[in-house]
Order: sequence, then C-alpha cells, then structure tokens
Amino acid sequence: MEELNALFHGFAVVITPYNLMMMFIGIGLGVLIGVLPGLGGANGVAILLPLTFTMAPTSAIIMLSCIYWGALFGGAITSILFNIPGEPWSVATTFDGHPMAKQGKSGEALTAAFTSSFVGAFVAVLLVTFLSPVVARFALKFGPPEFFAIQMLTFCSFVGMGKEPPLKTISAMMLGFALAAVGLDTMTGQLRMTFGWMELLRGFDFLIAVIGLFGIGEILLTMEEGLAFKGESARLNMQVVLQTWKKLPKYWVTSVRSSMVGCWMGVTPGGATPASFMSYGLAKRFSRDPEKFGRGTIEGVIAPETAAHAAGTSALLPMLTLGIPGSPTAAVLLGGLMIWGLQPGPMLFVEQKDFVWGLIASMYLGNIVGLIVVLTTVPLFAAVLRIPFSIIAPVIIAICAVGAYTVHNAMLDVYVMMLFGVIGYVFKKLNYPMAPLVLALVLGDMAETAFRQSMLVSHGNLGVFWSNPLVGSIATLALVMLFWPLLARGLQALKGAKAA
Amino acid sequence: MNDDGPVTTRTMELITAAALMVIGATVMWDSARIGAGWDSNGPRSGYFPFYIGLLILISSGGTFAGAIFSKSGKIFVAHTALRSVLQVLVPTIVFGALIAFLGIYAASAVFIAYFMIRMGDFPWPTIGGVSLGVPIALFMLFEVWFLVPLPKGPIEALLGY
Repeated sequence: MEELNALFHGFAVVITPYNLMMMFIGIGLGVLIGVLPGLGGANGVAILLPLTFTMAPTSAIIMLSCIYWGALFGGAITSILFNIPGEPWSVATTFDGHPMAKQGKSGEALTAAFTSSFVGAFVAVLLVTFLSPVVARFALKFGPPEFFAIQMLTFCSFVGMGKEPPLKTISAMMLGFALAAVGLDTMTGQLRMTFGWMELLRGFDFLIAVIGLFGIGEILLTMEEGLAFKGESARLNMQVVLQTWKKLPKYWVTSVRSSMVGCWMGVTPGGATPASFMSYGLAKRFSRDPEKFGRGTIEGVIAPETAAHAAGTSALLPMLTLGIPGSPTAAVLLGGLMIWGLQPGPMLFVEQKDFVWGLIASMYLGNIVGLIVVLTTVPLFAAVLRIPFSIIAPVIIAICAVGAYTVHNAMLDVYVMMLFGVIGYVFKKLNYPMAPLVLALVLGDMAETAFRQSMLVSHGNLGVFWSNPLVGSIATLALVMLFWPLLARGLQALKGAKAA
Repeated sequence: MNDDGPVTTRTMELITAAALMVIGATVMWDSARIGAGWDSNGPRSGYFPFYIGLLILISSGGTFAGAIFSKSGKIFVAHTALRSVLQVLVPTIVFGALIAFLGIYAASAVFIAYFMIRMGDFPWPTIGGVSLGVPIALFMLFEVWFLVPLPKGPIEALLGY
C-alpha cells in the first residue's frame, strides 16, 4: 500500500502544465529520433542532456525518459513501413511488420506494434512500481563488495549472453574501463594516463563516446550500405485502430509471455534487442502454425514489440535501485542523474522520494501520451523519412558536433567524438559490441571505487567476494556467466560424446 | 566490382587487435609508473587500471591469434562502399577543423551546403534554405532560448554576438 501512496504523490508532482508540456515535447522528439537514421535513444538523449542542466531534475528526467519512450515507439514505424529498423531492437519487427505493410495492412501492423509496445511498457512499469522499493530496501544493506559483485555480474552477463565473440566483448568492455580511468583519480588525486596533456585531465566523457559511436558510426554504416528509402504508405485512421484492437485480445498469451521475456531481459542487462529476438523466436515455436511467421502475421509484430518495450522500460529498475543501467540509454540517463547531483542507488528511494516517484508516475503518463501521439502522427513521421539522406546526414552530423561541444564547452570533445565515430564504424563491422564499452565507461569510476574499498576492507584478499552467502552467490553467478561460453562448449562436447 | 576491396576483414582484425594490445600495454605501463601496488593508504592509483590493461592485452592477444590462423578471405569494405564512407568522413573532419575558425554555425552552413551540392541534385533555393535554416534554428535554440554558448566566429562577431 505504501507504494500506491508514494505513486499518487508522484502523480501529484508530475501533473503540472510545465511537466506535461515537457512530456509531449519529449515524446515528439523521441519518435523523431527513433525514425531518423544515426540518431537513436542513447545518443539522442546524450545530445539533449546538456540542455537540461539548468532544469529541475524531475522535469529534466521526465523529458529525457519520454524521449526514450518516443524512440522505442519510433523504431517500429521505420521497420514496418520501410523495412529499415530505426533502432536495433526493432529488427525483429521487420520480419512480419514489413510483409504486412506490403499486403496493404500497414495500419493494422502499426496499431498492433504501438499497442503491444504500450502493453509491454505498462507491465514493466507495474514491475518497477512494486519491485523497485523492495530491491532498493534490500540493497541498502549492500557494502562495497556486494556492489562490486553486482557490477561484475552485469559485465560478465555481456560475455555470457552476448552474440559477439567473448574475447571481443572483454576487449571492448575493458577499453571502456581504461578510458574511464583516464584523468584525475578521485580517491588519491593522482593523474592517470594523461601523458602530460592537461586537456585529458577531465577524462573521457561517456556522452561524447555515445554521440560518436552511435551517431557518426551509424551514419558511416548507412552511407556504406548506400541506403535508399523506399517505403509503403501509412494509412492509419480510427477505424483501422479499433478493428485491430478488437483482434488483439486473442493474442493475450503471446503478450504475457513477451512481457515476461522483456522484463527479465531488461532487469538483467540483456537489453531490448536480444529480448525482441528471443520473444519472436518463442512466439514462433509455440505458435500453432509457425509457417505463417515471416510472411506477415500479426503475432510476429506483437511479440518483438511487447518484449522490446518491456525490456527498455524495466532497464530503469536496476538503474534506479542499484545504480546499474540495463541498457546504453539507461546508462545515459544515469549519467544525467549524476550531473544533476543525484547519486543513483538505493539511497535515492530514501532521499529523493519526489524525484523517484515523479519519474515512475511519468512512466505511466508518458506511455499513454506516447501511444496517443504515435497513433495520430504516423503519416507526419513517415514523411520525415522521405527526406533524402543527403540532407539528413549533414544535419545530423552538425547536431552531433553541437551535442559533443555542449557537454563541456570543449572543442577537443568534437574531435574525440569524430574519432569515436570511426571506432564505432570499425567495431561494428568487426563485431565488437558497443553496449559493454559504454556501460564500462559510465560505471568505471563506481566499479573501481567499490573494488578498491572492498580491497581496503579485506587487505587485498579477493576472498571478500565470498565472505557471506549473498555476495558469494552473486560473485559465483558472475563467474558462471563469464565462463558460460566455455561451459556451454564443454556441455555440448559431453552430450556429443554420450550420443556417439 | 562489389566483391573487390582494398583490405580484407582478416587484416582489419589484426590491425584492430594489435592497436588494442598497444593500448593495453600503455595502460599497464602508465599504471605501473604511478604505482600499481599498495602503500600505507591502501591500493594505489594504478592498482585497478593495471589489471584492466592486462585484460585488454590478453583478450585482444587472443583475438589477434585467432585472426592469424583464420583463412577467411572476406573483404572488410568494397571499393565503392569505402568511397561513399570517405565522402562523408573527409568532409566531416574538414567540418571539425572549420569550427575552430568560423564558429559552429557558419561551419555547419558550409558543411550542409557542400554535402547537398556534392551528394544530391537539389535546386539552389532548397540548398540555401536548409543550409541556412538549420544553423539559424540551432542558434535560436542554444544562444537565445537555452542560453548555452557555442563556438562563434567572425560572422557572429560582425552581427554583434
């Protein structure tokens, strides 16, 4: 009951004309960002973050998180109409969404996508509302070893669960940690890896990295593919929406399963992209006629969209309660919290009640606003995509440069951002994962502090990570995740030996 | 044409892994320099990064070894594709350099106009409209409404900013 009271208090904080306006602006910008190539949730929020430095934290996070919801919605538009995933998590939506549009059922596909996104997000917000206070209360008892173990689990999960080669995942992740260590060591005041270059004193800001890796890198990749936008037209009116809504309840099993997959993948740092693929795969496996998948079945749209939104939303649960973001965009939002002077983690629920519950309340409202906005404005955003890439590309590059500059008002950052763009392009082509790099860059200092404090307590004995059942099981789980690729291979070999 | 390219994926794998190994070694070297051990206050500044550097060295060493033994002749990027990428990358770098002299707004206008002339087939009014409209919109947003100062050049100085 306590949660409900807090939530109502949150609604009271959120419902002011100013915050509602921020919500609409955020959703609108978010959909635009989701539709445009080269701008996504993570770097879109990163570019706009400096504009919020002077705003009240609650209004700022409402606007930024609404950009995130908007981007989640927007990815579906390009997938269905243009067969181009605007965001990685909407790749699975193209499988059935685009065939539907080709059959002239674009309105039905879009309505199904938006509605399932909304359902997925709603389930995830319920989870956040009732589970996060519990997790936060539990996490209040955590000491440095527990925090480091959780962070280790996060990072090891990337190795164990990622599609990329494990060695490359480790390289990318450690590169993130190394870049995070550049500059002033906050514990001792020692300068690290600046090589006498004063400009490096500040270190590498993850916002710059995000803008370069996801913005410029993406534009370079798009150029290489020589992309031409050829899309189906968007016909969406009230009648189509209502007809589709009548059909949707039939697929409640798919919705429930996809929401569960999404929430699980969002809370553990699997992220929205694998969640959408996994959910699509499961829907196909459990379907009575799996042959329909890939040719334009509505279930093939519901499954990935529900899961992607559920994952994207529930990624905020570990961010708020433990200070560990579940996705790159959540990582950028976490960076925002620190810039506004809020320390993410369990204390947030004790010290910043207005902020936390305002944010959670805004998730409910933001998704309702989002659903209304996308259902009414699809043709407008589809028109944006018809603007030639030779106009969009330079404009986005210019916006990325402005975004990089505003973080610290430093020209060097613009060049660093461009360098990260090239790194992003090469990494993407060679299958190095980007998400662990960004997360390591964000969490580097926190992880290092937790590790060094743990070492101080134990006088350098790594046994501190197995000093009580809680930290021991988290640390063991982390190691299992880390060596999962090897374990899986071993198990396979054993099975093979038995079969022979 | 499309199956030909200046560099194979294997070569790029080797270059990237080697670059990462150099970074790893540099991180270890610098951490050792400032002290990777313990003193009376606990772990010193290089303690944590030293092992980070070591992990970069080991993991990219593994990738490097894997690439040496790979026999795949796949190309990294085709000539035509590389040309399109450079068509964006080179002007972007020039744009970066221009910002230092012209300020970000004028540089953006030049950059957008160049790009539209080079890559598209637009009538002059469209080119003028977009290349001037975007910087003006950015100027209004940042300098006027949000009061965030961006790098400005001689043109803005002439206009009194």
